[in-house]
Amino acid sequence: MIRFIIRRSLGAFGVLIVVSFVTFVIFQLAPLLSHSSPVYYYVGKIPFPPGSLQLKLLEHRFGFDLPWYSQYWHWLHGILFGQMLTDGTSPPVHCAAPCFGYSFQQNTAVGTLMGQAFPVSLSLTVGAATLWLLGGVLIGTLSGLRPGSIIDRAGMTLALGGVSLPIFFTGPVLLLIFEYQLKWLNNPSYASITDDPVQWLKSMILPWIALAFLFAALYARLTRASMLETMGEDFIRTARAKGLPRRTVVVKHGLRAALTPIVTIFGIDLGQLIGTTVITETVFNLRGLGWLSVTSIRQHDLPVIMGVTLVAATALVIANLIVDILYAFVDPRVRLT
Amino acid sequence: MQLAIDVHLETDAPSAFLSVRDLRVYFPTADGLVKAVDGLSFDLARGQILGIVGESGSGKSVTSQAILGLHKGSSAEVSGEIWFEGKELVSMPEGDMRALRGNEMAMIFQDPLSSLHPFYTIGWQIVEAYREHNKVSRAVARRRAVEMLERVGIPNPDKRFGDYPHQFSGGMRQRAMIAMALVCDPKLLIADEPTTALDVTVQAQILELMKDLQGEFNSAIILITHDLGVVAETCETVVVMYGGQCVEEGSVKDIFYNPHMPYTWGLLGSMPRMDRTRQSRLTPIPGTPPSLIQVPRGCVFHPRCRFRDRVGEACTTVHPDLEYVDATSHRARCHIEEHQRSRIFSNEIAPTL
Repeated sequence: MIRFIIRRSLGAFGVLIVVSFVTFVIFQLAPLLSHSSPVYYYVGKIPFPPGSLQLKLLEHRFGFDLPWYSQYWHWLHGILFGQMLTDGTSPPVHCAAPCFGYSFQQNTAVGTLMGQAFPVSLSLTVGAATLWLLGGVLIGTLSGLRPGSIIDRAGMTLALGGVSLPIFFTGPVLLLIFEYQLKWLNNPSYASITDDPVQWLKSMILPWIALAFLFAALYARLTRASMLETMGEDFIRTARAKGLPRRTVVVKHGLRAALTPIVTIFGIDLGQLIGTTVITETVFNLRGLGWLSVTSIRQHDLPVIMGVTLVAATALVIANLIVDILYAFVDPRVRLT
Repeated sequence: MQLAIDVHLETDAPSAFLSVRDLRVYFPTADGLVKAVDGLSFDLARGQILGIVGESGSGKSVTSQAILGLHKGSSAEVSGEIWFEGKELVSMPEGDMRALRGNEMAMIFQDPLSSLHPFYTIGWQIVEAYREHNKVSRAVARRRAVEMLERVGIPNPDKRFGDYPHQFSGGMRQRAMIAMALVCDPKLLIADEPTTALDVTVQAQILELMKDLQGEFNSAIILITHDLGVVAETCETVVVMYGGQCVEEGSVKDIFYNPHMPYTWGLLGSMPRMDRTRQSRLTPIPGTPPSLIQVPRGCVFHPRCRFRDRVGEACTTVHPDLEYVDATSHRARCHIEEHQRSRIFSNEIAPTL
């Protein structure tokens, strides 16, 4: 077990190294291939033409004239162990690990930008996930137990709506009703949960509902299918033949088995959503990682793009790792070797 | 036939330990009404082993599940009567039925791997069955489960208690399944093809074990199988089912040495035997089992019967009654004259077996 966790963690770390390298190649080396200069993407609009002395000086200052492997190592070293940040004129500032570099366009360390955005994304994802897991599994279970019943048909109609309606539709509709018509929330802006929990809740509730609606629909359908399949299994018949009450048969024997695949998908969805809730963040004006990545792409802010990419990838890889380990606890048939 | 049912309905609880009377289990489907069991009757005494034999889809398993009341709460339409120790089970509410299930009557299923829950340990599953019907502490239930595992021949039962089903071999799993079924000392044990998923050597061990335990606990067993070899080894009486009906019933001796129904002849002919001469081949029964939605008119077996021409019209139009062959409990459902059946069997069938 311990060996499995260590092995998988090392594997996950390896994946992240590969991701970091690919990210580096795409965003750092690609400009060189097109005979452009990464400096343009690094510091924003500057009036120096390619090949000019001033540009060469800047390239030298940021280390772009070094071979690619030492540039990569420098970047990676900063993330893993921290680095000294310098613009070449003012005295160098130490940036502790994980240091993703400095955004000259926003005059802030990338770590600081992501540190502001990450709690927003985490709040949004975890809150929505709780809602959709509870709602989706409940509707799915009830539907799966009585296929063709009124609950089933109502639940599945709702689910069809959920998967078909995009967030850029449901989001504005929610805003229109609860914000502009009923005026229940008074246009709340995001506040940290530690600073002002009520404000935090008020700013998050509508985004949660919008995001959870989409995923709850998906999970309701998955749970329903899984439940239908499980309740037809031989071991359910055995449980009934033992004389167990229906509740026990459904919950202990049915749901336990039916939810196993759901747990897997849930972990991966959660990991993936951390950096990709762009639409929800845009609709509800939240400054999360998705918003940060879109903004920095629009501004060609290279260090930020690379940082967000790596953080999003890390979240997904860690979620996968947790799911793998969790699965062994949920399903004893999985041998961890 | 109709008369017989009426007589049954007026009688009180029968004296037999288990009495199934005119049991019908219909499943409404989009294609029509599936008559899985259609008018089945048999009796079983305490301590007796009854074999129910038939091809796939002849209604064997559906019958056993009806006895356990497992169709309650589904769309299946169950009618007729099942008397168990003076209690009528078909009309019994699910709550009362549940108290009997796993307690007074238990069931062993065909595939022990899929019939045991993959996420719980063997021990946990046996303890759950025991504690459902006995108000005892976990520790007492655990002792009981270990004792049962030991009784069914699982080595190191104390250690294997915490193993998961996938850590057991096929034979061990079926032993554990039997331990779970017998943990509450049921008076009736229904074994639905208990040896089908096992290899031959293990089959013999499991059958031996079931016979031992049956003698020990004096329980009655219904053994459902398509394997006549298993029946010959284990059972005292046999019900041969075809198309949801009983086509022949009698003692093992009757069925194997004096069968009176062409379908039973066919089953015997398709059974591999060690003492058969090498060059003779198994004789399959031609055709396929009947559709249970459109059951053939007349005798259910007539479309596949080789001896139909010995009778004429009746086979395709009149449904034959289950009639006594002799003064004993041997009954068969066939239009051929009794003495003619005896002659056909001894002259045409017996030599080829």
